[in-house]
Order: sequence, then structure tokens, then C-alpha cells
Amino acid sequence: MTSKQNRVLFFPYFIWIGLFVLIPIGLLVYQSFIGIDGAFTFDNILTYFTSATYLIMTLQSFIYAFIITLITFCISYPTAYFLTQTKRKDLWMLLLILPTWINVLLKAYAFIGLLSQDGSINGFFDWIGIGRQQLLFTNASFLLVATYIEIPFMLLPIYNAIEEIDSTLLHASRDLGASSWDTFKTVVFPLSLSGVRSGIQVVFIPSLSLFMLTRLIGGNRVVTLGTAIEQHFLVTQNWGMGSTIGIVLILLMIIIMLLTSGRKKEARKQ
Amino acid sequence: MKKLKFSWSNAYLFLIFALLYTPIIYLIYYSFNQAGTMNEFTGFTTEHYGALANDTRLIRIALDTFRVALLSSLIATIIGTLGAIGIFFVKQRKTQVSLLGLNNVLLVSPDVIIGASFLLLFTMAGFRLGFYSVLFSHIAFSIPIVVLMVLPKLQEMNLNMITAAKDLGANNWQVLKSVIIPSITPGILAGYFMAFTYSIDDFAVTFFVTGNGFATLSVEIYSRARQGISLEINALSTILFILALGLVSGYYFIQQQQRNRKRKLTNIDPTNHQKAVSP
Repeated sequence: MTSKQNRVLFFPYFIWIGLFVLIPIGLLVYQSFIGIDGAFTFDNILTYFTSATYLIMTLQSFIYAFIITLITFCISYPTAYFLTQTKRKDLWMLLLILPTWINVLLKAYAFIGLLSQDGSINGFFDWIGIGRQQLLFTNASFLLVATYIEIPFMLLPIYNAIEEIDSTLLHASRDLGASSWDTFKTVVFPLSLSGVRSGIQVVFIPSLSLFMLTRLIGGNRVVTLGTAIEQHFLVTQNWGMGSTIGIVLILLMIIIMLLTSGRKKEARKQ
Repeated sequence: MKKLKFSWSNAYLFLIFALLYTPIIYLIYYSFNQAGTMNEFTGFTTEHYGALANDTRLIRIALDTFRVALLSSLIATIIGTLGAIGIFFVKQRKTQVSLLGLNNVLLVSPDVIIGASFLLLFTMAGFRLGFYSVLFSHIAFSIPIVVLMVLPKLQEMNLNMITAAKDLGANNWQVLKSVIIPSITPGILAGYFMAFTYSIDDFAVTFFVTGNGFATLSVEIYSRARQGISLEINALSTILFILALGLVSGYYFIQQQQRNRKRKLTNIDPTNHQKAVSP
């Protein structure tokens, strides 16, 4: 291909990179220096780093994301491992990730019904004698629904990583006298860590920015970075502060990606 | 037939499976409930589907959603495919890597950041929020997905075919049309499917750039869900579930066709927008 034709084909793509990748990030950085009165200021950044409210909110958001990631991991890892042991694992896998194809709002909506005061779970509680509880609009319900939504995203990379392990290594381990637990501990788990890392990446970052669930399920008790950004942009119209929090979120994201990227590059195929 | 043996691992898998499907089954089950709530099943009815069919506002929104999805994924597929071809033929390794890096920015950014920064973009440019702002945003976040689906197909392509075509006198345009495009068609189709479903399901980005007059299904479901239970939404979710099943089957049909080349494509979308793709 001559570079001339290449340039013509490339043109719309370059426009896209400029207009929707570079400029928006630039605008976000620029906006974080603009106060609510429209003048240039460092106030947003100063406010963010000196106000206890913002710092506690960030910390809380971080803790929530951490808990969500941890629970998701604890549920997904055994699932992924058992999946690789089953026959017809492709079909199982397909079935387990099919729910991700359903609109996330509908799933949240289902939980509103399940967890409500007269909902099925409370009906069950009533029946076994615990009595009806306030389930919706609690921190626990937020964690539950967030975990539910994130499980398939943790499951998939771990499953792929375990699948890619060379089966001769497992045979060798058994031949050398390792029990299945030893094999798991010293062969399977270390080799599946690349999948765990990408799983953490794809669960942790979105968990920091969930804003729809905090409203529908968390009842505004939980404020994540995402909620804060959404509030500043769409409710209080303080775009400068919203952008500042956005920049913080981007920085956190970069840190997490660096922490989870690991040294081994070959984990990502192509 | 082998007998199914009970084992703890199977029991665990089954439990997870049941947990993942409970909310969905729950929604569908109560969409046929006469009582109008999601608590007690009093009798079978299809009246909520009837109400759905008569809800002109919702139907208009559904049509708008599909219009945005069809258009945005089509345009994103064209731009993304050309972009992928462009990236693939870049000579310098460094340029290629940095282009891919830029390509992935929107894939890894949280939805909220994408939404907020696009809102800034449209407002600063004086662009009115509505159908077109949503359409452009959807095109924008779909392009990197298409690139990601098309690039592996380009890498699999036999480059000697291009040389051969050129030796036989084909010009660049003919090479593109009759050698490159046909060999990456599965990737293009997969990209289109992914872009389409991303667009249908997107909530966060749309929520930021939608303005007042225009809504997509996700935004509408959100505002209705905030008001409480309405079994019309249940009926809608049944229909969307069937649609999703259809899309997944379509997607797997394409994947299956590609399977002939023993390559096992396992892809996770790094954005975690909504969905994941398995082998």
C-alpha cells in the first residue's frame, strides 16, 4: 500500500482520535482549572485535596471498589477453575456470560423488585422467621448488585488464563508426586495470575465509577467517584470540580493499570 | 449416555449459574403477573405486553435506540475498519504502538469520564444535545471496539496475497477491495455486532450527552425504575432478553465460522461496558 492511499483511508480515523480522544481529555484537564464563576483558578484542586469530604469520599469509593473486586474474585476463581474441569466447558462459559448481554439497568431493576420491602427475598426472610428487613438502599445491597454485575467480567479472563496452561505441566506435576492441591498451589494458580490481574483491572476501575447503581440500589448512601462526577456535572453544574474528580479517577485508573499490568507481556495475546 | 455424577464442583457451578440467572428469570416470570407487582403471582396475563404495545412514547424511544445503534455501529465499523487497516500498514513500530495506545484510551476509560468529557466537548463546541450528540458519542466509543476486532484478522492475513495481487497488476484500490476486505470480513462483522450491542446497552455515556428531548431505552428504563416498579418494564426486558439471545447466537454463528482456522479467539472487552465475549 502506498502511504498516499493509506493517508486517505486513515483520515476519518485520525479525525476521530483528535476529536474524541485527545480533545476531550484536554478539555477535562482545562475545565478542572476553571472555577464555578468561569475564571481560571487552582481552587478546584486545592479544595479537593484539602476538603475532608472529598478525600473521605475518594477513600470510601476505593474501599467499595476493593470489596467488590475481592468478593467477585473469591466467587469467580473457583467457578473458572471448576469450569475448566468440566466437559462442554464452552457451553457452560457461554451460559455464564450470557447475562452480561442483558442491559445492566434491567438487572438493577430486577434487584429493586427482589430486594424491596415486599419483595421475594423479604418474603423468604419472613417465612423462615427472620422477619422483613430493610434490604434496598443499604450498603450491602449495593455491594451485592455490583458484585452480581461484575462476576462474569472477572470470570472470563481467569478462565482463559487457566485454559491456556499447558496440560503437560499438570501431568509433570502429578508424575513428580504432587497432590492435586499441591499442583493447584504451585502450578495452576501462579500460571493463572495474568488472568487474575486483568480480571482485577476490568472490575476495579468500573467499580470506582458506578453511578447508576448507587442511585437505584444504594439509595444515594454510597457515593463513588462516578456518582460525584455525575452530580457535579448534571446536578450542581459545577463542571470544574467534576472535571477535577474526573482527573483523579483517571490517575487512579492509570495507577491500577500499572500495578496490575505485571512484567510479563505475553499474557495478552496480540 | 454417561450418568451425571454428583460432585461438589458441579454443584458450585450450578449454584453460580442459578444466581446469575435468578434476577433475569424473575423479571420475565413477573412480566406475566396479573397483580401488577413483582411480589405475588396472582394469575397469568399478557396485558403488560399489550400496554407495552400501546405505549407510543416507549416505542418511539425503542425505535430511536435502534436507529442510533444501527447508524452508529455502521459508521463506526467503516471508520474503525479503515483505521485498523491504516494502523496495520504503518511502517514504524513506534508509531503503530502509540496509535494503538490512543485507540485504547476510550476502551479503558470509565464510562463516566467518557460521558463527562464528551459533554464538555459538545457544550464547548456549541453543539445541541440530542439525537446527533448521542449518535456521535456512540460512534466514538464504538470505533476502538471495531479496531480491536479487525486487527487480529489483519495479522492473520497472508501478506503474500497482496504481493501476488500487485504482481498481477492490481492497483491499491483493487488490493483493498478484493484481497484485504474479503479476508478480514469475519472481523468486520464481529466488530459490527459488538458495536451494535454496545450502543444498545450503553447507559452512562448516553445519560451525559442526551439532553432533554431525546432518550434511549437505557435512559428511559433508568428514569422509570427510579419511580418504582412497572411491569411494562418487565415485559420490555423479556423482549430485550430474547433479542440478546438472538444477537449472541448471531455472534457465535460468526465466531463458529471463523473457528475453522483453529485459532481460539477469546476476548474480553477491557471497558467492562456491558458484555463479555467468550470463545
